[in-house]
Amino acid sequence: MGDSLITALRGLGRRVTDRVWRLGFASRFLLTTILYSGTALRRFHLTIREIYFTGVLSLIIILVSGLFVGMVLGLQGYDTLQRYGSSEALGILVALSLVRELGPVVAALLFASRAGSAITAEIGLMKATEQLSAMEMMAVHPIARVVAPRFWAGVISMPLLAALFSAMGIFGGYLVGVQLIGVDEGSFWSQMQASVDFREDIINGVIKSFVFGIIISWIAVFEGYDCEPTAEGVSGATTRTVVTSSLAILAADFFLTAIMFRGT
Amino acid sequence: MNRTTLDLWVGFFVAVGIGSLLFLALKVGNLASSSTGETYSLQAEFDNIGGLKVRAPVKSAGVVVGRVTEVRFDPESYRAVVAMSIDERYKFPRDTILTINTSGILGEQYIGFEVGGDTEMLADGQTVKKTQSAVVLEKLISQFMFNKAQEDGAKK
Repeated sequence: MGDSLITALRGLGRRVTDRVWRLGFASRFLLTTILYSGTALRRFHLTIREIYFTGVLSLIIILVSGLFVGMVLGLQGYDTLQRYGSSEALGILVALSLVRELGPVVAALLFASRAGSAITAEIGLMKATEQLSAMEMMAVHPIARVVAPRFWAGVISMPLLAALFSAMGIFGGYLVGVQLIGVDEGSFWSQMQASVDFREDIINGVIKSFVFGIIISWIAVFEGYDCEPTAEGVSGATTRTVVTSSLAILAADFFLTAIMFRGT
Repeated sequence: MNRTTLDLWVGFFVAVGIGSLLFLALKVGNLASSSTGETYSLQAEFDNIGGLKVRAPVKSAGVVVGRVTEVRFDPESYRAVVAMSIDERYKFPRDTILTINTSGILGEQYIGFEVGGDTEMLADGQTVKKTQSAVVLEKLISQFMFNKAQEDGAKK
């Protein structure tokens, strides 16, 4: 009885210290990545190549999901608003919920599972096949050559993808609300413009997606770099990237929303 | 894939992304309507502003002519002070009356300008004297109930 209790406590303690140790290592890793990102910015074609793989290849999933999320918002929003006789406010509902919340958050979740997992798997496999060690042998710093371009590509792509998601969603809401259901087009756009503020809503949404970009890229490159150099290790790290970054996005979204939109 | 087509795709991606940001800013947001033109500021004191908020529209004859920039409480007169920025193109007489109205039953509150007949115009930084407070629904209902009760009492 006593023995098993001690074992359980020891296991718990080890797990906690392991988490704290990883958090510390991840923070140091982020700092190193930023310090070594001079190469990624000077030899910008490295970053451009990564923007292609993370950003451009995520375009389809972002555009299609944005369109459908906007269309669903249009249908559901109309159904609720017309009960109160204010279906003209559909534009406000679609635009505000996309620009403030759904655009950054859903785009970030999709980005984490589409691009973040790919980054982790790629870096993890490079580690498993000892390409990173080989680079170090050739006096090429793997963080500068492999990690930093992927990190910055994620940070650059994320706000653009979130903006595309929101724009596409508003177009979807317009298609369903105005073209399909027949909400007045003029009041759809004018009410939207009257209540969506550039600084309060759009800039805050962009800041959100920028923060999410940093979080996802950080977690993705760190998990890849830190994974066990085996097949199981790479697959575990890929799973952890998606799970951890999704949870981190939702938690960060709560805090950012609490700071940005309190009382307004 | 060689590097030139790859660059093309990335350029396309960045252009489309910035384009959608512009779409959000100009078509969805109020950047186009809010930043154009010069404005001048006016102030007004109200007994009760109801649910008036910063950025609420200022309308005259139903047309938006400005925005509320600040709402604060004056601890000396115990009244609400509302600051507005008004489009430079529109001038209003000195005896204009400011009212707080509601668009629709549950809509947003806004400030309405009931234009007077004075020949002198309001200038930048001036305070409007004549104001009418917001209609508070609870007060209205309680007044109605009170009158109704009085009527019933008189009948008996």
